[in-house]
Amino acid sequence: MQAFYGYKDGSGEWFIIIDTDRCDGCGRCVAACPANALEVGEDRFDPLSEKPVARVKEGERKKIRYTCAPCRPGYGDAPPPCIAACQPGAISHTEAWQQSYVKK
Amino acid sequence: MAEEIIKEYWRWPEGIWINPDIDREKGGIITAGIDVGSVSSQAVVLVDGELYAFSNTRTGSDSPDSARKALSIAVGEAGLTVDNIDYCIGTGYGRVNVPMAQRTITEIACHARGANFMYGPEVRTVMDMGGQDCKAINCDDKGKVLNFMMNDKCAAGTGRGMEVFADLIRVPVWEIGPRSFQIKKEPPIISSTCVVFAKSEVVGLLEKGVPENDIMAAYCAAMAHRIMELLNRLGVHEKFVITGGIAKNEGVVKRLEKELGVKTAAQVWHNPAYKAYPFDTQIAGALGAALFADSMVSKGKVKSVRKK
Repeated sequence: MQAFYGYKDGSGEWFIIIDTDRCDGCGRCVAACPANALEVGEDRFDPLSEKPVARVKEGERKKIRYTCAPCRPGYGDAPPPCIAACQPGAISHTEAWQQSYVKK
Repeated sequence: MAEEIIKEYWRWPEGIWINPDIDREKGGIITAGIDVGSVSSQAVVLVDGELYAFSNTRTGSDSPDSARKALSIAVGEAGLTVDNIDYCIGTGYGRVNVPMAQRTITEIACHARGANFMYGPEVRTVMDMGGQDCKAINCDDKGKVLNFMMNDKCAAGTGRGMEVFADLIRVPVWEIGPRSFQIKKEPPIISSTCVVFAKSEVVGLLEKGVPENDIMAAYCAAMAHRIMELLNRLGVHEKFVITGGIAKNEGVVKRLEKELGVKTAAQVWHNPAYKAYPFDTQIAGALGAALFADSMVSKGKVKSVRKK
């Protein structure tokens, strides 16, 4: 499942996408996130599944734009720490951050 | 002082229904799902996974009270008490505040599961139009969520927006859909996204003398457009269904169908045995929660808390 954590408003679509089929619940992203926005736990969107997966903390969801901004997802060659730490490649960000750095 | 007549144009009909075909004395597992939303609260009771009772009521200022009210309407009429229920799951915006629930599940998972039961396993995209948010969900044939998008940052394009609008133009909320089609040609849509700004825009139109029906058409079209923006990112697959209160407003639903080029599925029970039962799009969340409770108890994943 593609779990979209974040929100959409007039300024764009600000989401962290976690692919729960790829995520193995190792928790490396949790340790890597400098904003401490991630956690590993029960899959909230599939209550019958027993596999723990990475997810965004509930309190972070509505301010994700500002939580993730310091890591500059999508900017430059180096991926943000969470994506770099994720071996199965389960984490991604929407393009809104990347677009916000492009000079107008 | 002259007596003032206050009419609440937003007030939609509340509902309760008990299945006359099920004898719960013979039934085994009784589970309940309670969906406390920002505007409405529903309770669904299942007996052995079959629909037994549901209620649909307005959420008050107190979430636990609203949950109790919804459940007591549904079970009280059926002669049940909370003690007879094996397992109860809370969902919706106020799910953390459902005192009799043993656990909570997000409304995303519940709506997908509920829509799967109501409309059948062919459902692939569920659009839940809630009181203060809207969610687009893609799911598989078992009602498992594949991906979803949620807009809960503002009330634009949601049920509460429609209620505010109904009050403003002084037309009962259920008349807005049919009346929005009694027009000569489609007017330009309300351009403001925000409900508050849209309200000002409507006041402006009223002052200009634009016919009421045209304004309703403009508002419904604006709402349909807003929903479509959310659906575009996720992709719409057939069978496409809408749950929640706005699904009852044909003015929005038909305009959305036209804009998307995809028809919504007919609002009838998938199970032919349910044909005579009332179909309420608002109960999808509570129904999903009750179904989760039923499968958890019957698979032995959780213990029954039934007292008698």
